[in-house]
Amino acid sequence: MSQPISFFSGFQPSDLLFLAEAAWRTLLISGLAISIGTFFGIIFGWLLYEGRIWASLTLAPVLDIFRSVPLIIQLVLFYNFAPILGLNLDPFASGVVILAIYTAALVANVARGGIEAVGQPMRRAARSLGMSYWQDLRYVALPIGGRAVFPAWVGVALGVMKDSALVSVLGYVELLKASQILITRTQEPFLILSIAGAFYFALSYPISRYAARLEQRWAHA
Amino acid sequence: MIEIRGLQKYFGALHVLKGIDLDVEKGEVLSVIGASGSGKSTLLYCINGLEEIQGGQVEVDGQNVHAKGADLNKLRQKLGMVFQQWNSFPHLTVQENVALAPRIVRGLDRKAADEIAERQLAHVGLGDKLRVYPGALSGGQQQRLAIARALAMEPDYMLFDEATSALDPELVGEVLETMRMLAEEGMTMICVTHEMGFARDVSDRVAFFHQGVMEEIGPPSQIFGEAQSPHTRGFLANVR
Ligand SMILES: Nc1ncnc2c1ncn2[C@@H]1O[C@H](COP(=O)(O)OP(=O)(O)O)[C@@H](O)[C@H]1O
Ligand SMILES: [Mg+2]
Repeated sequence: MSQPISFFSGFQPSDLLFLAEAAWRTLLISGLAISIGTFFGIIFGWLLYEGRIWASLTLAPVLDIFRSVPLIIQLVLFYNFAPILGLNLDPFASGVVILAIYTAALVANVARGGIEAVGQPMRRAARSLGMSYWQDLRYVALPIGGRAVFPAWVGVALGVMKDSALVSVLGYVELLKASQILITRTQEPFLILSIAGAFYFALSYPISRYAARLEQRWAHA
Repeated sequence: MIEIRGLQKYFGALHVLKGIDLDVEKGEVLSVIGASGSGKSTLLYCINGLEEIQGGQVEVDGQNVHAKGADLNKLRQKLGMVFQQWNSFPHLTVQENVALAPRIVRGLDRKAADEIAERQLAHVGLGDKLRVYPGALSGGQQQRLAIARALAMEPDYMLFDEATSALDPELVGEVLETMRMLAEEGMTMICVTHEMGFARDVSDRVAFFHQGVMEEIGPPSQIFGEAQSPHTRGFLANVR
């Protein structure tokens, strides 16, 4: 915006582009956080499942903290205290880190549930064929358990995408922050929020549709 | 040959197998009978190393199953196992269920693994179900799938743990028929079973387990005709 900004002005077509870019940033930050968080969440879930006692004494409480402290507090604390630890992260990177940890904490429980759902008899059947521990995990336990908890994972992913709005408190201009900026300028909250809501819907709907399609494909019967 | 000497198995304080001595020769069909909880399943798990043991030893073709550093993944390829619950892999087609282990464990290429799967599935009468998912099969068909899956590793021994106990009565026959066919082909088999007809007609010997002890073993004529142990007689009187 190089031209002088009149403080209050109506909604313009270019604002739509502004919102679309912000929606792209929402997609980017949540896509990254969900991917990284899911990767670590599966490892944590596996540790919780296999580690039993030591994991429930060490890893589980840490994950509990990240699951239960409100995300907005985590974001503000991390953004302000990371520099003290020598980490100079911009709002985007801070958002990715915290959202990813939060995702991992949620996915860990989902993943553990998935492995548990497979059950000892199935694992033994795989091992009795000569599969190694890792082959069993890779070809039997994770695919079966993953399908069992896939709907729960989709729920986590969609939730994280919506929660990514909280990164706006750090000044990262994603969809919510962009809406706030436009509302301040246009004084048209109803219109702007409707458009922002439509963007959120446009981001999540394809995911839930695709997920439903996958689930249908997996329901062999 | 499977040689079991002084096998002791505990689950915590629970003494489940109390000094089992048992040899199973190549080509032999052994049925194992006994009340629930007498340790029959555990015996099978000790033979293929799915359970650790606390005393004695188990050798398969001279290889000590429970020795430190024993290659159990390799050993289990020789010892096919079929469980009470058929445990089909629900995310794979019938053919993929059978081809998976030959491919990833034996290292065959996809084509060779698929061919083995096709052959073994035809063998157990599922040649027309290759592309179907197990969820669409009856229990009896799934159990035959489990048999084909084990056979695809070309094992020298087959361990059956109550392969028909979870089946609806009308589906028991097809699975027993498949087991009988394997026996006639000369497969070495240990069959934990509650099917006394099968034990009598198909096995070379029958072993009766009682509270973790192998009370009696002998040809079917002896076990079913002139059992020595009162426990054996009591058990048989109840199941018949
Ligand atoms: N994983 C286990 N942990 C603890 N106890 C077990 C376990 N598996 C079996 N047992 C116990 O060992 C005994 C023998 O079990 P099992 O070998 O399954 O008997 P069977 O197959 O003859 O019915 C039973 O008392 C059973 O409860
Ligand atoms: Mg049993």
